[in-house]
Amino acid sequence: MKALSQKRRHPFAFVALLLLGLLLTGGLYAAATTVNQAQASNVPDGYSADQVDEGERLFVANCATCHGMNAEGTDAGPSLVGVGAASVEFQVGTGRMPMQMQGPQAQQKPPQFNDEQTTQLAAYVASLGAGPAVPDDEWLDVDQGDPARGGELFRINCAMCHNAAGAGGALTEGKYAPSLHGVEAVHIYTAMTTGPQNMPVFNDANIPPEDKRDIIAFLKTYEQQGSPGGFSLGYLGPVSEGLLIWTLGLALLIGSMVWLTSRSS
Amino acid sequence: MSASKEKYTEAQYLEVDQYQPKTRTGRIANYVDTRVGGTGMIREFGRKVFPDHWTFMFGEVALYSFIITVLSGAFLTFWFDPSMATTRYSGSYAPLQGLEMSMAYATALELSFDVRGGLFMRQLHHWGALLFILAMSVHMLRVFFTGAFRKPRELNWVVGCALLILGLGAGFTGYSLPDEVLSGNGLRIIDGMLKAIPVVGTYISFFLFGGEFPGNEVIPRLYTLHIFILPALILILIAVHLFMVVTHKHTQYPGPGRTERNVVGYPVGPVYAAKAGGFFFIVMGILCLIAGTFQINALWNYGPYDPSPVQAGAQPDWYIGPFEGVLRLMPGYIGDFSLEWVIPTPWGGNSLALPVLIPMIPVALIFLGLFIWPWIEAWITGDKKEHHLLDRPRNAPTRTAFGVAVMTNYLIMWGMGSNDLIATHFGLSLNDITYWSRVLFFLGPVIAYILTKRICLALQRKDREVALHGHEAGVIEVSPEGGFSEKHKLPSEYELWSLVSYEAAAPSGPRPNAKGKVTAMEKFRSRLNRMWFEDRVEPVSREEYLEALEHHGHGEHTEGLEAAQSRGEIGPGTGH
Repeated sequence: MKALSQKRRHPFAFVALLLLGLLLTGGLYAAATTVNQAQASNVPDGYSADQVDEGERLFVANCATCHGMNAEGTDAGPSLVGVGAASVEFQVGTGRMPMQMQGPQAQQKPPQFNDEQTTQLAAYVASLGAGPAVPDDEWLDVDQGDPARGGELFRINCAMCHNAAGAGGALTEGKYAPSLHGVEAVHIYTAMTTGPQNMPVFNDANIPPEDKRDIIAFLKTYEQQGSPGGFSLGYLGPVSEGLLIWTLGLALLIGSMVWLTSRSS
Repeated sequence: MSASKEKYTEAQYLEVDQYQPKTRTGRIANYVDTRVGGTGMIREFGRKVFPDHWTFMFGEVALYSFIITVLSGAFLTFWFDPSMATTRYSGSYAPLQGLEMSMAYATALELSFDVRGGLFMRQLHHWGALLFILAMSVHMLRVFFTGAFRKPRELNWVVGCALLILGLGAGFTGYSLPDEVLSGNGLRIIDGMLKAIPVVGTYISFFLFGGEFPGNEVIPRLYTLHIFILPALILILIAVHLFMVVTHKHTQYPGPGRTERNVVGYPVGPVYAAKAGGFFFIVMGILCLIAGTFQINALWNYGPYDPSPVQAGAQPDWYIGPFEGVLRLMPGYIGDFSLEWVIPTPWGGNSLALPVLIPMIPVALIFLGLFIWPWIEAWITGDKKEHHLLDRPRNAPTRTAFGVAVMTNYLIMWGMGSNDLIATHFGLSLNDITYWSRVLFFLGPVIAYILTKRICLALQRKDREVALHGHEAGVIEVSPEGGFSEKHKLPSEYELWSLVSYEAAAPSGPRPNAKGKVTAMEKFRSRLNRMWFEDRVEPVSREEYLEALEHHGHGEHTEGLEAAQSRGEIGPGTGH
């Protein structure tokens, strides 16, 4: 230590310090840029470069007409930069994309791509910019969720559009909230994180992943229990009940009335 | 006819005292009769004759479904606790466990999941209520379109209207009891409508809810109304209604041998006692079948009441649908013009919620019109006669058309109550449905009126055609000369009777009053009268009929002529 303090007034001390400083900044900068590069590089976390390349090929062939060659968006479709892998998982995984036709909103249909292709597309879209990722299995495990709490969250956050029983409901101008019966857990989750069609985004600050899992647990529990009182009539409430009594109920009654009075006339 | 009014001699009294029945049943019957005197009642009531027609049975259905609803409701009261005190749910329905809720909701859930047969009874109660009001409505439509409300039955029509309103009240209070989100939404609408009433609205709301909505009082209060006051009133009015039916005797459709002075049918004892008794069990069977197979009001879906959420698909039961629909129909703004009007007052202005108040006008008018219709029609037509023979709806074209017009208006309001489900299930735009319904609300009844009236008149002309020339038999004949003609089959005597026996009154001009003056009101009445009777199709007269037969009479139609000659004695239109 003594040597160091003695030499601090050495003519070359300044140069050495400068050199050290430059090395440090340069090194840090180099390290920082490589980190940066790793993120912005065309291979997002959890995907391989092959998947991205394959995804891009699929994208150009199937999606670019509306979303643009570089997914920058056109008049017919929005930009996909930053929508994340979760959006692809939801839109392509449920068959909504590629879209069958323009309309108030994309219709669900049998998926056009298999899981492998969907993942490749997701990898490509994720490589365009940071966005919501496909959730880990941990958050989709309904056994860890609390259905009662999920039910409460569902009624507060979701039931106003999706109906208390998840049967779906109408929105303005021909748009609608679809039924949630039979929807896969991963799609319920990604719908919440990405807000497809007219749905608002429920990000992790709004509804933490644990709560999302509770909601999924509620929906799955509800699905399994069936309808305790008999045929559910579409879970639509008083309208379908009224319809039943005015059709089946009235028909049975009139039938029996006509039968009872048939002899005399 | 009533033996009880005659005087008996002392010997006859003694004979009654000494009477010894031979059989066991006879002994029981005699024991009861000597103590309560049922013979007179049974003799009087048991001989009451009722005509037989399937459309006459809707009132019966209403009565039976009311009884079934009362019975199943009594079962529910053993478990249901109409308290708004909070509890933590610990019953067997997993997705609600641990949630805070009112005792009312918790016990309704207990009834559904933890009481043996509770869910079935709840569903039976609810389906029964839907059927009760349905049967009342269809019964009322039958009475309206056949003109059974005319003199002397006007007051009984009013009792029927009151029963319908009470039924709606009983239904709505029941819908509100379980205290989940759906029923709370319904009460919130009632709260909003009350508060829309200028000046006193807020007070009325606070009185009803015992403070600001939702408060802690409303469920127990509705419960008292639902299980005590409303059913008691309904029961009393049913008694009055049935008593009047017996007093007036039942109406009947026109037919051979049926006149304004008789009733053709079967007596209560034994035919109707058996039929009606059996029919009760048929109605019960149908309701039990529906209650056992179709889920109704799955209240575990909605969650404990919380004033903040309103869920998609939140609707009232069908009979409150028009009230809901007319609110959905009403715009809050027309263009940029807000329909909410703030009355400037020294204390800062009172808001007048016209978008809530205006929709109540058509509904109120329909119900008011229902009550006073018999007098309105009698005033317009000037008809002061008693009517025991019913109209076929086509033979009263204006009434039928008016009725269908009001029904159309009701149906549009009703449909709008489910506009969201119409949108999703028919792939339509919710907005378009609403806009079109607004147009149809005004235009629909007019179209329905014109169409119905034309259809009625066309059917009457068809009746004339059939009475005069018979049914087209679908057999084409070629004459030796080469001419083609279609064979006609003359109607049977029974059919002919129903085709020709009606009255088609002509418009009557304005009549001067006692002072010899024709008032403006009378002029208005005569204008309505002209509108009422202007378009009319006369029933076939006897002369017309015989002339037509003469015309057909050449060749193969001799059998028809014979029939007509034999009919000469009974003669259509003279059969009193």
